[in-house]
Amino acid sequence: MPEFTLWDITRNLLLAARWTVLLSLIAFAGGAIVGLLVTLARVSKFKALRLLMRGYIELFQGTPLLMQLFLAFFGLSLIGIEVSPWVAASLALTLWSSAFLAEIWRGCVEAIPKGQSEASASLGLSWLEAMRYVILPQALRIAIPPTVGFSVQVVKGTALASIIGFVELTKAGTMLNNATFQPFTVFSLVALMYFALCYPLSLYAHSLEAKLHAARRT
Amino acid sequence: MPLVELEHIEKWYGQNHVLKGVTLGVERGAVVSLIGRSGSGKSTLLRCINGLETFDSGRVVVDGEALDPQKTDLRRFRQHVGMVFQQFNLFPHLTVGRNIMLAPTVVKKQSAREAEEIAREMLGRVGLSDKFDAYPEQLSGGQQQRVAIARSLAMQPSVLLCDEITSALDPELVGEVLKVLERLAADGMTLILVTHEMRFARDVGSKLVFMHLGRVWEEGDPKELMAHPRTPELAQFIGAVAA
Repeated sequence: MPEFTLWDITRNLLLAARWTVLLSLIAFAGGAIVGLLVTLARVSKFKALRLLMRGYIELFQGTPLLMQLFLAFFGLSLIGIEVSPWVAASLALTLWSSAFLAEIWRGCVEAIPKGQSEASASLGLSWLEAMRYVILPQALRIAIPPTVGFSVQVVKGTALASIIGFVELTKAGTMLNNATFQPFTVFSLVALMYFALCYPLSLYAHSLEAKLHAARRT
Repeated sequence: MPLVELEHIEKWYGQNHVLKGVTLGVERGAVVSLIGRSGSGKSTLLRCINGLETFDSGRVVVDGEALDPQKTDLRRFRQHVGMVFQQFNLFPHLTVGRNIMLAPTVVKKQSAREAEEIAREMLGRVGLSDKFDAYPEQLSGGQQQRVAIARSLAMQPSVLLCDEITSALDPELVGEVLKVLERLAADGMTLILVTHEMRFARDVGSKLVFMHLGRVWEEGDPKELMAHPRTPELAQFIGAVAA
């Protein structure tokens, strides 16, 4: 049996961490696009659409991400759609993060005083124009810190994709542990790498918040 | 033909009958002051004129165009009707200039240069030519309200609705806003104001409308009405405001 040096373990984990990063980016970008549409539908003037989107959000917030991954992976193949772990993980994480982002952003949109949309409407702007030029730019300012904060949850959420056979950081850690029987070393390194990914995001969220506050002229 | 015609406007908030068949005509160039106690329906009535509030029955016609909140192209309709609010409602993320240019460029598809020219002209009319690049929060309340007026004027409305636009201002800033309104009135702008400024209503207004319990209780010449109220309700209201 080959000996694994610390460097071997680290190197393999770093290689696997690429997929954690990539999956996080896909989930976050996909979640942001879908989440923006859900947000707009959630604050639209059509009651049925609002209720539907509320159901969507509740569904994804009220069930474990693990179940969503199982359904995307095993469920889809049961109904005859063969999906790779990549597709299943991307799909499930995108939908999951879209629900959370939509809920965060709805709060930000609703925090903008009603007078802003009334003034926009009085000037003849359509609902969508008011959103685009008046409401969303202001909501964005307050949305950034919680959004970047949520990206930390996305990174950690990708760990669950290991269950459906997606080889990312956690899965690689499990495999290396099986080969080396050094759980303490391996999982410490795994944890350290997650921390190295997440901590800068947290710092970034804080600095953005500070910058946005400074940008508010007094 | 009146510029603004309200016919038998009825509105309910649930069980609450807030407008009980209000009929009112406003001639072009008139300055109409709506007065009355809070809850009399005056703000609601004003907000019906540009479709910010819906009404249950009746008719609103502005510049020959009827408003049906369900069917009318509100976007086009609102270009006839400017509105200024108690809380200014300037867009805090945009400079004064951008605040004024937004609707002309987005709604009327004016070019940036054209919109800027109009924005500067309107800022001049409200006496704030030097504030084009300022942000709203750098301005006093009175200045912000004057920018809000300029923003409405840039859309070249036929009538300007003012919803208690001096009520949120410190007393020493009220005068500068009223002066702008007075100048607009002198230039022939049609104004409909919900206001507590009785002196302005009397000296500048061409018509006074006293609303009470969701009805037009009394209307007429401001000086005449204030000197000789016909109903005890108006007499009492004038007494309360003067006190």
